[in-house]
Amino acid sequence: MAETATREFLHNLHDLPQTVKDACFRLGKTPESEREESQATFHNLFLHIHSVRVHVRTLKPTLTFGLGLMATASFIITLITGMLLMVYYKPSTDLAYQSIKDIHFTVSTGRFIRNIHRWSAQLMVLTVLLHMARVFFTASYKKPREFNWLVGLGLLIITLALSFTGYLLPWDQLAYWAITIGSNIANSPREFTDAIGITKFFDPGGFQKRLLLGANYVGQDALIRFYVLHVFVLPLALVTLMGVHFWRIRKDGGLAKPEDPMGGLAEWGGERRTVFQPLATKTYGLMALVKGKRPPVNRGPENTVMSWPHLFWAELSVFMVTVAVTLVLAFYSDAPLKELANAAIPENPAKAPWYFLGIQELVSYSAFTGGLLIPVIVVVGLALIPFLDRRPGGEGTWFGTKSERPIFWQSFFFALAVTVGMLAFTVNYGWLRNWFPNIHQLWIIAINPGSLLVVIFAAWSLFVLKRKDSVRLAAVSLFTCFLVGFTLLTYLATVHRGPNWHFYWWPSQWPVH
Amino acid sequence: MSRLDPPPVNRRSFLSLASLGAFFAAMGTAAAGILRLPNPAVLPGPVRRFKLGPPEQFSAGSETAFAEQGLVLFRDDEGFYAISSTCTHLGCTVARSKEGFACPCHGSRFDSKGSVIGGPAPRPLPWLEVGRAANGDLIVNADNEVPEGTRYRV
Repeated sequence: MAETATREFLHNLHDLPQTVKDACFRLGKTPESEREESQATFHNLFLHIHSVRVHVRTLKPTLTFGLGLMATASFIITLITGMLLMVYYKPSTDLAYQSIKDIHFTVSTGRFIRNIHRWSAQLMVLTVLLHMARVFFTASYKKPREFNWLVGLGLLIITLALSFTGYLLPWDQLAYWAITIGSNIANSPREFTDAIGITKFFDPGGFQKRLLLGANYVGQDALIRFYVLHVFVLPLALVTLMGVHFWRIRKDGGLAKPEDPMGGLAEWGGERRTVFQPLATKTYGLMALVKGKRPPVNRGPENTVMSWPHLFWAELSVFMVTVAVTLVLAFYSDAPLKELANAAIPENPAKAPWYFLGIQELVSYSAFTGGLLIPVIVVVGLALIPFLDRRPGGEGTWFGTKSERPIFWQSFFFALAVTVGMLAFTVNYGWLRNWFPNIHQLWIIAINPGSLLVVIFAAWSLFVLKRKDSVRLAAVSLFTCFLVGFTLLTYLATVHRGPNWHFYWWPSQWPVH
Repeated sequence: MSRLDPPPVNRRSFLSLASLGAFFAAMGTAAAGILRLPNPAVLPGPVRRFKLGPPEQFSAGSETAFAEQGLVLFRDDEGFYAISSTCTHLGCTVARSKEGFACPCHGSRFDSKGSVIGGPAPRPLPWLEVGRAANGDLIVNADNEVPEGTRYRV
């Protein structure tokens, strides 16, 4: 008996690597048939959010450019590098700046990890914005994907909030003054309540600012609040919403695609065959239809390929590209760190991160209009798109409906001309306050270059609506105007605004002081 | 019974609705109570009453900038006055310029009495309350605004 047990023990010991591997991986080997490929996807917690087969259109790089995945990849990179930075970072006004300096100059690979964190965060904002534009121009928000458009909008806002809260943490001059400005933008409803004299009774601005800073100024209370938001609350909210976002992609039928892109035909085994149409009255297995002897005879599944390996290779390569881009940027370009925060001397110019500079240009006309009113109008407008444009058509195709492309270009040049004209006028001639120093603030809140741009863009969109008799085209024109306006304002504020927010052609012309 | 009359609600569904309503009301109240926490009951921060020294050290026609305290103290023939150097637009610190004050962040411009002459600032720079401590030193209370033109005579 004893001898048998010993032999069994040795046998098990010998098989250990194989049995552990079998225990971890349910399939236990590289899939060899479509059936096993299907199992590899379906029986894996991390992969089963994908469908087992994907449409060939989904894999076409020029449909999505992998932007959503890139945003996800850069989020994962920020998550990992962020956890590493938390090891050394100390959220206190006395220690924060020194700990960032330690990370930069002393900690092994600290400088590189911080650079990666910053660059992937920037990449995330950029790809999230581009992803939104992609979804819009391929009309992928239409029924049944309205809800996922809203979730995406929520993700955009959380992404921006993550960037904003992260900006304060180094506690240098840039951080301190950017957050002073940001929190006073939260305070800016006061500009309106002051103008009509009700601040004493109703002060939403002051409430928002106190909630954000925990005080009337940017100090320890603000730092710890921003830290908690940045490392816990917002990432948790982001991960939750990302889960919903991905789940809904799957439940809404994968990436948006035209009803029947190949006219009921499919490539199947080297010949064209009628596409398999699922019967409404029949229940099919969840795992997918795979090649085999079973019916439907003589019919191919619609133009799909197995997710394993096609989709997963594509996803892996997008991840690789994102990591590579981030590493190269982080290697060659350092995240900035200015002098220690000093409440007595503002940074001049005190610029927010680039994706907020459009808003910063707008607040240089009116804090309330530019900092709150216009952003809220834009977000509400974006949220309403899928509910106002309900006519099916063009899903999953760039500029898919009739005359979308010409309307895009017309709107592009219209918005370009209007925005450049408006900015040139403002830079050269100033605005109401310069001409009528005693004018009531309400006039400036209502009429300023920012609000005029919004009105002109809305009017243009209404004009398109009337002339083209199409809600989608009106939406395309408005969204294009928004993109052009946002880009130009960002560009102006990034490149051409210098000390005292004056206009300079190049930073080299800034006065020395 | 006309067909416009609402369908009768039976006791069971009425009670279910009422209890569901009570559930949401209770959760809502609890959530509102929890969310009161982040709203600070006491605002932290130093007292913003600054001793600036004996009045004799400021000659008539002088102006003295106090960067840490965020104000500029003036003395003219009529007396002392202090103007806050925190921009009323978005809270940057203004600097002295030829015309008066200029804000580095978004280009607001003020004249030497703090009135807005350009840029996005919605209000003039506030004039602050000037007074004297028991030992005779000038005190500026940066939390108290006074109307423009108010002077403190020594």
